[in-house]
Amino acid sequence: MTKNFWATRTGIIVVGAAIGVLAPLLQKLGNPGNMGICVACFERDISGALGFHRAAVVQYMRPEIIGFVLGSLAAALAFKDFRPRTGSAPFVRFVLGVFAMIGALVFLGCPWRALLRLAGGDLNAILGLAGLVFGIWIGTLFLKNGYNLGRTQKTHIAAGLLMPVVMVGFLVLMLIFPQIDGEPKNDILFYSLKGPGAMSAPLIISLVAGLVIGFLAQRSRFCTMGSFRDLLLFRQVHLFTGVITLLVVAGIANLVLGQFNMGFENQPVAHTLHLWNFAGMALAGLAFALAGGCPGRQLFLAGEGDGDAAVFVFGMIVGAGFAHNFGLASSPAGVGPHGIAAVIVGFVVCLAIGMSMRKQ
Amino acid sequence: MTKTIDARGLSCPQPVLMFLEAVKSAGDTEFEVLVDTEASKENVSRAAESRNCQVTDIRESGDEYHLTIVK
Repeated sequence: MTKNFWATRTGIIVVGAAIGVLAPLLQKLGNPGNMGICVACFERDISGALGFHRAAVVQYMRPEIIGFVLGSLAAALAFKDFRPRTGSAPFVRFVLGVFAMIGALVFLGCPWRALLRLAGGDLNAILGLAGLVFGIWIGTLFLKNGYNLGRTQKTHIAAGLLMPVVMVGFLVLMLIFPQIDGEPKNDILFYSLKGPGAMSAPLIISLVAGLVIGFLAQRSRFCTMGSFRDLLLFRQVHLFTGVITLLVVAGIANLVLGQFNMGFENQPVAHTLHLWNFAGMALAGLAFALAGGCPGRQLFLAGEGDGDAAVFVFGMIVGAGFAHNFGLASSPAGVGPHGIAAVIVGFVVCLAIGMSMRKQ
Repeated sequence: MTKTIDARGLSCPQPVLMFLEAVKSAGDTEFEVLVDTEASKENVSRAAESRNCQVTDIRESGDEYHLTIVK
């Protein structure tokens, strides 16, 4: 029996600490405030770089996301854990991805960023994290009642490699069409001239950090949604240990780097509408729970050959298009004009999925 | 009596839920759990240990893992 060190208590703590150090460092090196890493925000930026939405301030092909998938692929191949599989209700996962993104953009962040925001002193994140836990708790009620999207099937190796290949393609596009100073577009790729989309660590550093985190997270199965779910469902603290380590280490790193600023007001890329911070993240948490992983975990699963996770990721990227084209995403000024309606619609859809898709 | 739990093709948390469900129901003391990802293998093993069960054997056959767990 080979023992996977990264799946032990020590392993998950080391991974949480690694993310807790790397994310504030990426912020120091240029990424946006309390957004050293944010899977939802970065996928939204990719959506903007591709022109799926035209919010000028959030357009950048984030290399961290590419690194997450490719790092996970490398780990899966190195440890014979690459398992091409698909066929567990892919379109349901796509729809869950769409609403997960919409909910996350009402709050302004994925669970990773919620932790990083709190670690940077942004107290609004407490409402987001409370919402996240509430959404996941609803998800566990469905799980207890037999919610199940069905079994995957083994598929072709090439099918499992498709998502990593798409990510390599995105990287190649970035290299062919790099940002030109002062230009909002280089041929097909959009870039931001101001706002969070204009703030980034150097490409190579972002990519390497992404690869390292992708590798570690694939081995350790790091998942923020899973940490709360396992705690609520099984009283199991394994993943939770990693998440708490991330929070504490990132807090210390922010203090050391002079990036800690406590309060509710004037936090970077955040608003102070408590109810919608809570409700947006509750919707996202429910969607993650029904899909079986937080946005980061879905990228790592996609890297190890899970085609359904890849569909979820693209659901999120398309969801970012809806969120910005329809005025659903929040901004520091508050929620978007149709954000509240979208959260309500999202809850109706996700609750219907949870209630209707049961085995037995 | 050995109860077989086929969790192949299912992702977390389903394999763990199925295993815990089986452990709860009286009668069986030995379980054979079939899973097909390493993550599921680790998760079911962890759940077993937390419920004072022992994972006595893990066999790899092709892309699958067969876990033998004793209550």
